[in-house]
Parts: sequence; structure tokens; C-alpha cells
Amino acid sequence: MARKPEIAADTRPWRDPSAKPFVRIRDVTKKFGDVAAVWNVSLDIYRTELFCLLGGSGSGKSTLLRMLAGFEEPTSGTIEIDGQDMSGVPPYNRPVNMMFQSYALFPHMSVEQNIAYGLKRDRLPRGEINDRVAELLSLVKLEDYGPRKPHQLSGGQRQRVALARALAKRPKLLLLDEPLGALDKKLREETQFELVKIQESLGVTFIVVTHDQEEAMTLATRIGVMNQGEIAMIGEPTDIYEFPNSRFVAGFIGSVNMVEGVVTEDEPDHVRIRSAELGCDIYVAHGVDCAPDQILWWAIRPEKMQLSREKPEASHDANVTSGVVEEIGYLGDMSVYQIALDSGKRIRVSQTNTVRGNPDAITWEEKVYVSWGDNAGSVLTV
Amino acid sequence: MSIHGPALHPGPVEPEKAASRREDAPPPPRPWTMIERGLAAVGLSGKALVIFAPALWLTLFFLVPLAVVLQISFSIKEFGRPPYSDMLSFAEDGTVQMTLHLSNYMRLFQDSLYVSAYFSSIRIALISTLIALLIGYPMAYAIARAPDRWRNILLMLVILPFWTSFLLRVYALSTFMRGNGVINNFLGLFGIPPIQMMQTDFAVYVGIVYTYLPFMILPLYTTLVKLDGALLEASADLGARPWRTFVSITLPLSMPGIIAGSMLVFIPAIGEFVIPSLLGGPGTLMIGRVLWDEFFANTNWPRAAAVAIAMLVVVVVPIMLMQRAQSAVVERR
Repeated sequence: MARKPEIAADTRPWRDPSAKPFVRIRDVTKKFGDVAAVWNVSLDIYRTELFCLLGGSGSGKSTLLRMLAGFEEPTSGTIEIDGQDMSGVPPYNRPVNMMFQSYALFPHMSVEQNIAYGLKRDRLPRGEINDRVAELLSLVKLEDYGPRKPHQLSGGQRQRVALARALAKRPKLLLLDEPLGALDKKLREETQFELVKIQESLGVTFIVVTHDQEEAMTLATRIGVMNQGEIAMIGEPTDIYEFPNSRFVAGFIGSVNMVEGVVTEDEPDHVRIRSAELGCDIYVAHGVDCAPDQILWWAIRPEKMQLSREKPEASHDANVTSGVVEEIGYLGDMSVYQIALDSGKRIRVSQTNTVRGNPDAITWEEKVYVSWGDNAGSVLTV
Repeated sequence: MSIHGPALHPGPVEPEKAASRREDAPPPPRPWTMIERGLAAVGLSGKALVIFAPALWLTLFFLVPLAVVLQISFSIKEFGRPPYSDMLSFAEDGTVQMTLHLSNYMRLFQDSLYVSAYFSSIRIALISTLIALLIGYPMAYAIARAPDRWRNILLMLVILPFWTSFLLRVYALSTFMRGNGVINNFLGLFGIPPIQMMQTDFAVYVGIVYTYLPFMILPLYTTLVKLDGALLEASADLGARPWRTFVSITLPLSMPGIIAGSMLVFIPAIGEFVIPSLLGGPGTLMIGRVLWDEFFANTNWPRAAAVAIAMLVVVVVPIMLMQRAQSAVVERR
């Protein structure tokens, strides 16, 4: 995944148990009437992180963000920002700024006035305000757009004004609610990297709410996956993708093949799972916290499997099954094959197209063998 | 679009046209197609007709009477029927003479009664508008921010007084403010001597504000309810306290509503007649009453007409200024 090495490799404070978190969310619950929008969430976010809250609509991610900004008060639990308890602190007294999903630019003010709004509230001298506004306009590459009104700008320009306005007060923590949601695909991809660049150059802590898993993977140092008001998993993008902790996370991020199985061997160094759906045994080369005869799930990404016409060598008499190619999706760089297994279960396997215009490529209605490595899939108990 | 001639009487023309068309066109056209074609034959489209109907109405019942009033204002009082001089007179040598008497207008400036009546009207209308704005804005704000299920009920309560006669409501106000009215009786319970409220400017303000408040609240409500809550949150997020947010965001963005509401109160208030005559005293000088007196007490139609025309000018100028201000506000968005 595209990840910025200077942050991810050099500083990963969440891996250091003695590091002091910048934002501490402790057992926070928010109820609207009887409905819990956020349920018992605990979360630590560290300085200069770009943390993504990822979830579908109604997962509580926006409510959590609004509680950080101060627009909602938690029903129970505490939020600490930079060591300060935020309960009862109104939005205008928090060291936090927010970029709104709709941008919420003031329509009666020019771009400059919008950016200067927060600075004026701090009663900075006029000269300093002007300098800061000019600085921010050049940061978001809108030097010539200062006197324009928001309605005279394109969607991408408005997005950048909103970002500049949110950054104007040099907040310690910037909250971004679907920052790229209103942009079209091409602009979104360009802006993603710009956003990361700005975040790194300013060293501000970002918390981004998004429903777009690709966006989260590209931007984030860590991702918190939310489901029905609860945090389903917190981890680096690779952890979330390669080592999901639950069926929900595995299914939510990327595409995945999931099968049910029964534990037949439970040893400290390996596990064997019999899956009627797959039509073969699954050999997992590491121990799993489970019991014999336990029913569990095994998930594998399409690109972690291989296709072949000949039956490959099966080391433990496992991890090989067969089926018939039903559909092929040619995507250029790779092809996605839908294989109907003998049990009737359909799985997806993607193969990189390494040979140019391969005349010998696997094609429709062919019987093929599907195989995978001992550590290719994740064993999921929940 | 032709407004004159046949267009005024499309009725008799169209059936004939339609009938002749029916003979040469094989598929029988539907009635409205025939009407449309008939109108098109005399140069009228449906769109033109839609504009034409209200234009005709306004011409007949607004422009023509206004012209008549304008004409009367340039004549002088005479005894007879009608009680004013003719504008056109035919001399014996076959010439037509048009006589424009400017004396009525000059009189308006010479007699301090009229000047002070105009100023007093504007003052009373301005103060009433301001009070209505100060009372109406918080009400409109509260209704716009109320939960959905309450909003319609509250709006209904604002409109409800219109279901009773205006005259009746103003008269009912006087029973509250009379010497032995509800308020004074109540104060009397605590030994407070009666307060003179009726026949004062105070009563007129109460009457005007009470009557026209809904006209202030409704346009304010429509602009405030459209106000995006995210803007207020953004303002708070950037460090603005609630009052600052109100001054910098809510107030400027509700300007169209403030202007519309103020015009809807100011314009009728300036020419108000019923309220000052029912609630005001002899000291309450308003142009509506002066006009009434000229017309009915002095039977001086030309003078009354001049007063009316002058009032129109006095009212039209601020309307135009306000409309310009409003379009500037809209443009700024």
C-alpha cells in the first residue's frame, strides 16, 4: 500500500507502550434517545498521526468526530486532548479545528475573510492576519483566489479553502469529516497525496472520518474500523488488510473469500481445519486460540491464491482444491477469476498478468486447481 | 406580444379559427389544441396569456385609478359633482386647454401640517418596524430552531390572528389599554393609579407592532430556517462565541429576511389609518388620517389626491433603496 515511510517506518508511537497519547478517548458512549450511536469506545491517538475512522453510514464515526470537536457531549466516558479533559468545554475553547464535509464556507465572505475568520477571533494584529492568510493561500495553491466568494470556486478549490481555514489557527488537532467525499475520483486521488503532504509538513495531528476504505488505506498511519457504534479493529493499514481480527473487518476492507470450517487438529505450531465448503483441508502454519471441533471461519484475499491446470504438490495434504472457471474479469494489470468449487461455493482469485497478451491464459469453463500458502489466510473466530 | 386590438377579445375569434382548422386537419385536434391554435393565430401564446391576464388586471385596477388620482391632484376644489375642476376645457375657438394646478403640491410644503404629518408617519413607521424586528427576530429564530413537530404548530400560532377581523383585533386592543381596561384594572389591584395608554402614540405603536408582527416573522423565519447549521458550527469551531457567531454569520445571512420583513411592516405602517384613528389621540399625526380628513371632512379631493401621490413618492423611494440593498446582498452570495 502507498504509505509514507518517513512516518510509518521512523515513528510509530502506538507501538511504544510508554508513549503518551495525544488524544485519549475512554469508554465513550453517546446515546440519542435510546439509540447508542457510539458504544463504549476507547481509543488513543498519538501526536502527528493521521488517524482514519473508517466505517459505513450509521457506524458512529461522525458522532465520535463531533464529540471531539465539542458539538456533542458524550453520554458517558471522557475525552482528553493534550492531557486536558474536554468534558463541558465548548467548541470555541477547544484546541481543535474541523474541516466539514460540506466545507461550511461562509457564503457572504470572501476566501480571505473565510480563512481570516478564526484568526480574527484570536484578536491577532491585522498585519499578522494578512501574512498568515497569504501563507495559507500559497499552501493550498490558491494565491490568486483571495478576493473571490465561495460560489465562484470549483469543488476542489472550495475543499482547499476549507482546509486552509481549518489550518489557519494552527490547531494541535485537525478533524476532517469526509474531506474528499465531494470530489470526483481523479481529483480525489490527487488531493489525497496533497493532504498527506500538508499534514506531514505542518506536523499536525489529523483525525479523518471516511467511508472510503481505499482513501483510509492511502492516507492513514492507523485506521480505526467502526461498526454499529463500536470500534471493530484498530491497526496500521497492513494489519487491517492482512490480519483482520473479525469477519466484519475482513469483509469490510477489500474483497475476501470466507469459508466456514471445523478444527480437526489443534497443535501449538499448526492448526488443521476441515472445510466442506472448500472441499479440502486448510493447514495453517501457526497456532490459533481455539479448541478441537470448534467451528470457525477462514478468510483469504483473492491475490493470495494461485491457479494452475496441473494439481500442485500438496505438502500437508491440504491447501489445494479444484473448481471450474465461471467468470473472468480482465482489469489490465490483473485478472479476477470467479471459480465455482465442486461444493458449489464460489471464490474469487486474482492473478497478475505477467505475460503480455498471454495466449495460454486460463480461460472460461476450464477445470483449475486453486492453492495457497500455509500463512496466506486468516483464521477468524468472531 | 400584442396587447391591443383582437387580443383583448380572443373569445369570438378563436372558435371560428378552430372550426376552420378542424376541416382541413384530418386527425381531430383536442379542445385545448384548438384553443392554443386559435390564440396563436391572433399572436398569443399560452405564456403570453399568463403574463397578459395579471397585466390586464393591474392596468384596470391599479394603473388606471392611479392615473385618475394623479389627474385629480392637478385640479382644484370646486363645488359640484365631481368636486374638482376639469383638467381639459374646450375653448370656443376649437382649442383644447389643459390646466395643471400645482397649488395642491405647493400647499403640502407650505402648510406645516402636511410636512409634520409625513415626518410623524415615517417616524412612527420606522420605530414600529424596529420594535417589530426586535420582537420578531428572536421569535422567528426560535421557531426556525424548534424541533420539526413543533415548528408547524408555532407557525400556525403566528398566522392564527389573521383568522379574526383586523378591525376587531385593533378594537379589542383598546379594551386592554382603556382607562378602566384590563391592564389598568390589574395594576389597580396593587394600588397603582391608572396609566393613560389610549389616545397616545404608545397605543399606536402597540397596535402597529401587534398587527404587522406576522409579516416580520414569516420572511425572517424562511431565511433563518434555510440557514445551514454547519455554518454556525464552523464559526464556533473557529473560536467564535455564540454572540460573535450571531453577529458575523446569522445576522448577515438573514439580511434578505430582515429587509423583506421590514418592508412588509414599514410600507403599510406608513399609510396606516385605522390604528391611529382607533387607538391614537389628537396628537397622533399620521398621513393616513390627514388624507381621510381632506377627503371626507373637507371634501377637498384634489388636496387629498396630492397628499396620496406625495405619500406614494415618500414610500416608493425607500422601497427602491431597500430593493437595491437586497439585490446587493443577494449578489454578494
